[in-house]
Amino acid sequence: MKQSITLNKITQLMGFGFLKPITVLFTGKPQKEDIVNFLKKIIVPLLSILLFLGVWQGGSTALFNKEANFKIEKALADQGQEAADEMRACIASGEISCQPNTLPSPSQVWASFKTLLEDHKVISADKLAFKEKTAAMNEKRVAAGKDPITYTGRPSFVDQIFTSLKTVFAGFLLALVIAVPIGVVIGLSTTLRSSFNWLIQIFKPVSPVVWLLLVFMIVKTLTKDSNSDSAFIISFISVGLCSMWATLVNTAMGVSSVDKDYINVAKVLKLGPMQKVFKVILPSSLPLIFTGLRITLSVAWMVLIAIELLAQSPGLGSFVWEEFQNGAIDSNSKIIVAMFIIGIIGFLLDRIMLTIQNMVSFNKNEGV
Amino acid sequence: MTMAYLELKNVSKTYEDASGGTEVLSNINLTIEEGEFVAIVGFTGSGKTTLVNLINGLIKPTSGEVLFKGVPVTDTSHERGVIFQNYSLLPWLTVGQNVYMAVKEAFPKESKEKLQAIVKDYVAMVSLSPAINKRPKELSGGMRQRVAVARALAMNPEMIIMDEPLGALDALTRGNLQDEILNIWSKDKRTALLITNDVDEGIYMADRIIPLKPGPNATLGPEFTIDIERPRDKTSLNDNETYKKNRNAIIEYLMDIGNERKSVSNETYELPEISPKSFVA
Repeated sequence: MKQSITLNKITQLMGFGFLKPITVLFTGKPQKEDIVNFLKKIIVPLLSILLFLGVWQGGSTALFNKEANFKIEKALADQGQEAADEMRACIASGEISCQPNTLPSPSQVWASFKTLLEDHKVISADKLAFKEKTAAMNEKRVAAGKDPITYTGRPSFVDQIFTSLKTVFAGFLLALVIAVPIGVVIGLSTTLRSSFNWLIQIFKPVSPVVWLLLVFMIVKTLTKDSNSDSAFIISFISVGLCSMWATLVNTAMGVSSVDKDYINVAKVLKLGPMQKVFKVILPSSLPLIFTGLRITLSVAWMVLIAIELLAQSPGLGSFVWEEFQNGAIDSNSKIIVAMFIIGIIGFLLDRIMLTIQNMVSFNKNEGV
Repeated sequence: MTMAYLELKNVSKTYEDASGGTEVLSNINLTIEEGEFVAIVGFTGSGKTTLVNLINGLIKPTSGEVLFKGVPVTDTSHERGVIFQNYSLLPWLTVGQNVYMAVKEAFPKESKEKLQAIVKDYVAMVSLSPAINKRPKELSGGMRQRVAVARALAMNPEMIIMDEPLGALDALTRGNLQDEILNIWSKDKRTALLITNDVDEGIYMADRIIPLKPGPNATLGPEFTIDIERPRDKTSLNDNETYKKNRNAIIEYLMDIGNERKSVSNETYELPEISPKSFVA
């Protein structure tokens, strides 16, 4: 019984309260209400997933037919009846060269997902083999003071995911390091707040693309004489700059709106200025700071894809762009796979932040 | 002439705003001797909290002087412990940590073990030892107020200033806490100032009761000395002649100024000729 209580607590804290009916079914003694609850909270959502897949399937079939009819009619107009019949047969046979290029169906996307995983296996095996092959040679090279030979083959889809995560965390940390201290300082002083307000208000709505270009201008010059990975630097700095505003504004607001009672307590206890900030003001604004950080992380993930796409830095964004440029028969379904992966990772990142936010907030906010 | 322990001389406080400002307190004169228990009773919104904040040093008077042991009050001090109306505990700290924070500021040179011992003592004094590791949100209103009492007293102040400390509590908890506060006050013969809206509470606890005429321009009324021997007994108090006499006198006085206030505000306001705009026509 104790186990089920802690399990419920954890799921609640993580904002997975909707999983409660399942944990009750498996850990406690299910009552009639629990079963009704299970139907309501699990079966109905499952039906909604089926409905979603159904609409998707129907839509993609309709689009497929439209594209196919267009192809056949075009063949008819250009080359006559014979070519049209050939085209019809070709499409029906599933021959790759004449397949209509349109929204892929769920099953195609699933197949692409499996291909991508297979591809990842092949590439990692390849990488491992390469590493073994060059291990001895690299040792010699390092001993001779030369750079070791690194694997320069194509990254797999899974590698791209990890690259993206790396970029987003670097950007997020940058936003945290810049926005929280500045937010605290601005929040503490009305003068600073009113003098920097214009800057925040003007730069907050600037599009990620413009930030990217700005960062590109600066970083390009700064890294002129080094051969470091400037694409990564450019993309993570842009992500940080785009996403830090929510944290900056929230921190400043949290710090400036500390309950007057707490300030009075600090005065009556005669806390020094540093103690006042670290023992009263910061703890009381932590919930708002974390609300800001949560928004920052989700914004960072969202703009990351666009920035990678533009900056040509490796990651999910450039994967999507390359697939779009590639135009192979399964490119479209790979893009949809990436779309789902991006969505799911974004959701998980948000949940992680929500969990931390719930842990630090002292007035029990319900997970949104 | 001996120097008064706490003295307010012609104190006025005006809160500035765009239209010139409102004088909340005017011409307050008050003297409290060492070891005395004084209660100030008044209606809500009569400027009681402003008066408390002036005495504990959170705000400065617009004119006049607040003297504590002959020295003007310019800032808060550990010599004057404050129990706030709304507990004002820090919600992210446990009961023990809330008290510890205060103790550490009051005795910065003591060792950590010594400070922890003081915290334990005072938390035990308000009978909250089992809850020492709980956070304020897990406590009831009465328990929270007891933590606030422990926090103020653990700093070992010479004077205890209480701003309606028991206002939000139920009658039973209220009675218990009244006795606890009286106990602590009489043990080390500290000086106490209690702000309250409950005449009975004032008579039960204080040596002197001073009504605060309602604001704006609030000022102190005539004082009533409560000559009832301590320790006072709540149950037999109802039959005590001095108690009855004082109680009636104070309530009558408060009723009178209450009626006065009503008649003063007999002004008629002329309303402008306006009607809601129609969005249809």
